[in-house]
Amino acid sequence: MTERLAEIARQFIEAIPHARALRLSLETIGAGEAEIVMPYDARLVGDPATGVIHGGAVSTLMDTCSGAAVMAHASAPAGTATLDLRIDYMRPAAPGKSIRARATCYHVTRSIAFVRAEAHDGEADTPVASATGAFTLERAERPE
Amino acid sequence: MRPRPEPVQVIKERRDAALAKLVGGIPYVAFLGIRFERRGDELTATLPYSDMLIGNPVLPALHGGVTAAFLETTAIIELSWSRLWSEVEAKRIDPQALDATRMPRMPKTIDFTVDYLRSGLPRDAYARARINRSGRRYASVHVEAWQDNRDRLFAQATGHFLMPQAPDG
Repeated sequence: MTERLAEIARQFIEAIPHARALRLSLETIGAGEAEIVMPYDARLVGDPATGVIHGGAVSTLMDTCSGAAVMAHASAPAGTATLDLRIDYMRPAAPGKSIRARATCYHVTRSIAFVRAEAHDGEADTPVASATGAFTLERAERPE
Repeated sequence: MRPRPEPVQVIKERRDAALAKLVGGIPYVAFLGIRFERRGDELTATLPYSDMLIGNPVLPALHGGVTAAFLETTAIIELSWSRLWSEVEAKRIDPQALDATRMPRMPKTIDFTVDYLRSGLPRDAYARARINRSGRRYASVHVEAWQDNRDRLFAQATGHFLMPQAPDG
């Protein structure tokens, strides 16, 4: 189990080109939960007047973190893809601050995983954004 | 007798300058490589394929977050453009005078829901947004994205946006 999770963590950093482009780092993973940090980066600014990170980059952070939580579920999925993702933006992320996302895969069926996630910038108790998503769940082939 | 219309080139240059100023000022749009084409006031967004947009290297497929970001960017630019268009057409704004400090404020995303219909292939993607409701404070926008066939969407999204208020209320 631990080896599998360590492998997932390594793959997230090395194997997803767009996660690398955003310099995402997977901080914790296990038991259907994941935590990923996105450092502040001037290239990701959506509103030059304020320096606030674009919602699209926050969406990518949430989607990546949610997918990691699914992969870390105890049912040991072989793969996952996003079916639907809703993001609520509570407030703008503070310019200059990294954003930390935490996702929980709270329920799985034979073929679907349900996930909740929140993003924080460490500035206030209120999250920057929250997300709910449904993901496909590819079951591993059963060994003979 | 109505006044002679402006030469077509003058009109086109003014509109294209306004669009270029609007899109060019956003670092994240340049980071993803998103471009906008204009036919009259209709915009089509293009996300040219690049290896760094990949989220699943095995398939390979575009990152679901990139798809969400592409759709959200298309929605925000469409909303800003619809406001800017009327200002520029009414000659209340001179696009040549616009710069990073004097752009109209961007709408803020309240919520955004993406429906992933099929995996994003490693090739160019296109998107168009439709403003379903645009009030003084709130707007609702639907966006569709496709790749090879306009009729085979790979993702669609609906979002709500808080519109910037004029400083004088």
